[in-house]
Amino acid sequence: MIGYAQLYMLFGLFFVGYAGLSIFDRRWINAAFWGLLAVNFLFGSWIGDAGNGVLVLALVALGGFGLMKKDGAQTVTPETRMESAVRRGSWLLVPILAIPVTALVGTLFFNKSPLFDPHALTLIWLGIGVLLSLAIAMLWLRPPLLAPLREGRRLADTIGWAAILPQMLASLGAVFTIAGVGAAVGKVATDYLPLGQPFEAVAAYCIGMALFTAVMGNAFAAFPVMTAAIGLPLIVGKFHGDPIAMGAIGMLAGYCGTLVTPMAANFNIVPAALLELPDRDAVIKAQIPTALPLLLGNIVLMYFLVFR
Amino acid sequence: MWTLLGIAVVVAGFAFRFNPLLVIAVAAGVTGWAGHMAPLDILKAFGKAFNDNRFVSVIFLALPAIGLMERAGLQERARLLIAKLRGATVARLLLVYFVYRQVTAAVGLVSAGGQAQMVRPLVAPMAESAAEAEQDAPLADDVRYRIRAMAAATENVAIFFAEDIFIALAPVLLIQSVLQNAGVIAQPLSISRWAIPTALLALVIHGLRLWLFGRSLRKTKP
Repeated sequence: MIGYAQLYMLFGLFFVGYAGLSIFDRRWINAAFWGLLAVNFLFGSWIGDAGNGVLVLALVALGGFGLMKKDGAQTVTPETRMESAVRRGSWLLVPILAIPVTALVGTLFFNKSPLFDPHALTLIWLGIGVLLSLAIAMLWLRPPLLAPLREGRRLADTIGWAAILPQMLASLGAVFTIAGVGAAVGKVATDYLPLGQPFEAVAAYCIGMALFTAVMGNAFAAFPVMTAAIGLPLIVGKFHGDPIAMGAIGMLAGYCGTLVTPMAANFNIVPAALLELPDRDAVIKAQIPTALPLLLGNIVLMYFLVFR
Repeated sequence: MWTLLGIAVVVAGFAFRFNPLLVIAVAAGVTGWAGHMAPLDILKAFGKAFNDNRFVSVIFLALPAIGLMERAGLQERARLLIAKLRGATVARLLLVYFVYRQVTAAVGLVSAGGQAQMVRPLVAPMAESAAEAEQDAPLADDVRYRIRAMAAATENVAIFFAEDIFIALAPVLLIQSVLQNAGVIAQPLSISRWAIPTALLALVIHGLRLWLFGRSLRKTKP
């Protein structure tokens, strides 16, 4: 069965390629960084928890002190790109659109195949889409054989150390859970927030979801804690609100926190790097004016829909 | 209560703009220490989670394919395409993408877009080109950056508040299981319908912001 293991294999091989090209260019730190990440993706399940832990510390040492070269080496001139854009026309969009279209068609129509692990379905089809896109592009454009790795490395170097940020934050979340941070936050919330009126309880639950999500970078970590601390005992238990509408909107209130936090690196920090923005918080700054009114809106919506 | 020290480290670290990798490593150490974990156990817990969560990095899977097409002039093509399209403005373009993402996410197709797959190679260059056509002049760098950031924000806001409408996605299942643990039996469909009002509200609020954004860009016209 095709599942995460095969995806990680493909991914690991890309990283091996980036590391190799970096050695060739004498970018030693970058080579070590991508090489270690390749080890994580190819052999992570065999080197044990402590092995992965040491690997992470090495990645942090390599990426944490600004030692990686960031500028993606330019591969072809802007003039060549423009010439190709004019000559080849909008057909250039086809290989790129093949990725979402494959993911779309695959998840819609081939979701029952015993060949694929159902838990990894979206990602598998994303991977197939990428391979298909590469195949079309290679056959049509006939670039040098190493071009996909060179170009992938160019983009990976623009992202740089931020590439491991999502995995790092997920791991911090795991340590938070083991150490009981969630329970402590829930206790602080119930001890210090005014919760005497239905509207106060709703506001505290929504704002608590947003704040705790901002801290953890992930609404999934906040939801069970805040729901057990405020949502269920007060909004449902004491004020007899509808638990289902509460849960649905509570999660969305949490997402307002996701929009404003660097902890949600996948959504906020990595795209800033990917778009080559000098300010790494630029995406967050663009999202705050949407997130705050939407949080307020969620509080009002929850109040009326839960106590309808 | 000392376990909250790790959160303080994270907040302070990000506020003072230290490298996030160092901040996270220190915060994990402090949190584990405050929670009476042995150093080796902290290292193991962190390493295990790092390995278990490899799937969050998959957005990088598309990089070789996207880079290859950029080499062949994809971004330039996206710009030319918009330059030819009359009536294309930054606000309209991003609003169309916003609605496309809300609709796809609401039917479970979060992968029909994405920061690496769509925003960097297509949406951001198209929005920049639309702004250039509107201003009839090359963009200043800070304006260019604001447009890119807004394109990324549009992707995020659209999927966040529409994906819960789809019943089989992780957040809906998490809500179901948390409620179930408390003795409330809820069907996914009865949860997901309560996500619709917020999705519409997000459309109104972000749509309004895009309109104001387009207007402010026209005002900063050089």
